[in-house]
Amino acid sequence: MAKRIGKVSSILSLTHLKLTSIQELAELTSKPPPLMKINLPNESDLHKWHIILSGPPSSPFEGGSFTLLLTLPKDYPFKPPLLSFQTKIYHPNVSNDDKGAMCLGILKPDEWKPAIKIVDVLEFMAQVIREPNLDDAVEQSIAHEMREDRKAWEKKAKEWTRKYASGKDGTSENAT
Amino acid sequence: MDSEDEFMSGASSGDDFANIEDSDDDFDNEDQDLGFSQDKDIVRTSKKSYEVDFEVLGPSQIQLQQDVQIKDVADVLGQPPEAAAILLRHLRWNREKLFDRYMENQASLLDEVGLEEDASHTPSTKKIPDFECEICMSGDSDVETYALKCGHRYCVDCYTQYLASKIRDDGEAARIQCPTSGCKRIVDSKSLTFLVEDNLKSRYRELINRTYVDDMENLKWCPAPECIYAISCSVRKKDLAKIVPTVTCECKHPFCFGCAHEDHQPCPCSLIKKWIQKCEDDSETAHWISANTKECPKCQSTIEKNGGCNHMTCRKCKHEFCWMCMGLWSEHGTSWYNCNRFEEKSGNDARDAQAKSRQSLERYLHYYNRYANHDQSNRLEKDNFAKTEKKMTLLQNQSGMSWIEVQFLETAAKTLQECRQTLKWTYAFAFYLARNNDTIMFEDNQKDLELATENLSEMFEQPVEQLSAKKLDILNKNTYCSQRRVTLLSDTAELLKRGKWTFNISLD
Ligand SMILES: [Zn+2]
Ligand SMILES: [Zn+2]
Ligand SMILES: [Zn+2]
Ligand SMILES: [Zn+2]
Repeated sequence: MAKRIGKVSSILSLTHLKLTSIQELAELTSKPPPLMKINLPNESDLHKWHIILSGPPSSPFEGGSFTLLLTLPKDYPFKPPLLSFQTKIYHPNVSNDDKGAMCLGILKPDEWKPAIKIVDVLEFMAQVIREPNLDDAVEQSIAHEMREDRKAWEKKAKEWTRKYASGKDGTSENAT
Repeated sequence: MDSEDEFMSGASSGDDFANIEDSDDDFDNEDQDLGFSQDKDIVRTSKKSYEVDFEVLGPSQIQLQQDVQIKDVADVLGQPPEAAAILLRHLRWNREKLFDRYMENQASLLDEVGLEEDASHTPSTKKIPDFECEICMSGDSDVETYALKCGHRYCVDCYTQYLASKIRDDGEAARIQCPTSGCKRIVDSKSLTFLVEDNLKSRYRELINRTYVDDMENLKWCPAPECIYAISCSVRKKDLAKIVPTVTCECKHPFCFGCAHEDHQPCPCSLIKKWIQKCEDDSETAHWISANTKECPKCQSTIEKNGGCNHMTCRKCKHEFCWMCMGLWSEHGTSWYNCNRFEEKSGNDARDAQAKSRQSLERYLHYYNRYANHDQSNRLEKDNFAKTEKKMTLLQNQSGMSWIEVQFLETAAKTLQECRQTLKWTYAFAFYLARNNDTIMFEDNQKDLELATENLSEMFEQPVEQLSAKKLDILNKNTYCSQRRVTLLSDTAELLKRGKWTFNISLD
């Protein structure tokens, strides 16, 4: 596989972005990480990927279907990808605004390494969704609530999952 | 500056702040350059109490300082210079810490920065059969590859692109790590120069210098845009409650070594920070003050301020008044008139809470008004700098004076700017002063300087035809202004150094 793409690249002079992401996409769509489905919302744009994440079992997100947008910068893999939730989620590590931004440590510009694979990023993301990282929260009020009254947080998170993430493909609400 | 030797000795003696207090070094002070000061030989050119020793460093001197330290450490540790450089940068140029850590556990320190005991290799690329690069996920047997000592190998193209994006986009240099996730090995300068293109090499060296200056407590970049110089000064953070370390760069930009803000003598760094914050918080209340137009207090016609001078004359009714307090100008300069001092209302007036808060607002506005006015005047006078040159040419043509002979106008413009700058910050300082005898002394100094500055400003703004006859007056007033400024700054700095001022707020 690697060899073949290597040859293609020399003929078409593909950039690193295209080459790396084509290969990663090929691998990810054929063998996605658990609970995830990957597709391109626009076949001709390799920079934007949709990740459909099924809420992890025995978490308040169980039963929900969440759409994430993965954006690859033009000099990927030398610059980190951006990850954002398009489906609302009541989680301390996802910003509760129209951006739904997720600040994972490894995605920070000074921690990112070009040898990190998207599959690593996605697995790390799923891990944080399962077990929120309270020390690195973007939503301080949600983190506070989790520390003080975990039951109340769970209740609200379930409510949001039912309200916003119950569409079949998770894109029924604000998925634009 | 020609007193490099003294600067050097000041910098190398290194013991913090002590030499600021009792140094007798000859210090070329700026008055000398003005070239008219008649008592040039009488006035001692020794350093004033508000001045600090400093040295301006250019790029090559910054480079040299590092090279000297790197060679030194390399010799002591018996390591190649590349390794010594990585170690020094890793420990932010703290040699003592470096030696301690090295003696304590050499292996773990070397490991931490990704160096092995032998770092004397020469970088080279290699072809590996059936190589596949983890970054571009492609490869071949004939692709050139590179690895640091950690052995994480990538194709040269990817390595180069990675380094380029770090240097060019992220401005990183001294602490770039191997591209492998979790590998902390630092890309040494030898590998780096081997891999990156020439145009990035100079950028890399620039960035290495940047981090060096950023890491050293006694060095600071001149904050002027595009300026390539750094200043070396021995004043430390803990000294900032006792001194306001104004330094002047080779590019002529004066700034505070403590906080990199504009020159804010005589007001300590922590107070200007509080003051600027307060002004931001209260910006709406104070907004009307910074307007460029006001009404004449007598005939209510609109008057625009277009120069630095605060002595206003209404075009219509010829009423003369002070822009700051709107009071009669004729009364300024009399011993009983106070434009600068805030008169607290006596007890009875300020009994209830509302009256108190009103009074505190009035007090703030009093100081803010004057602060903003001098700031505004300063800006207007700065705009006039280009006009000054025109004025000089005009005067030269009209009076037959030589270019040297009309220099007094430039001198006066410069003095005006310095005085305005100082006056501006005296009001932030006074706002935080508790009331006592020292405060009265301070306000008297302030009043004298303010009046002298307004007088000079007024003379300076006269029509060109009258300037040649006024040359001597202007020169005298100029000298007087400079002296008043020196007195105010010296007196204030003296008490600050001895911790004698009482503030109505804590200094940290
Ligand atoms: Zn490595
Ligand atoms: Zn590669
Ligand atoms: Zn300062
Ligand atoms: Zn006045």
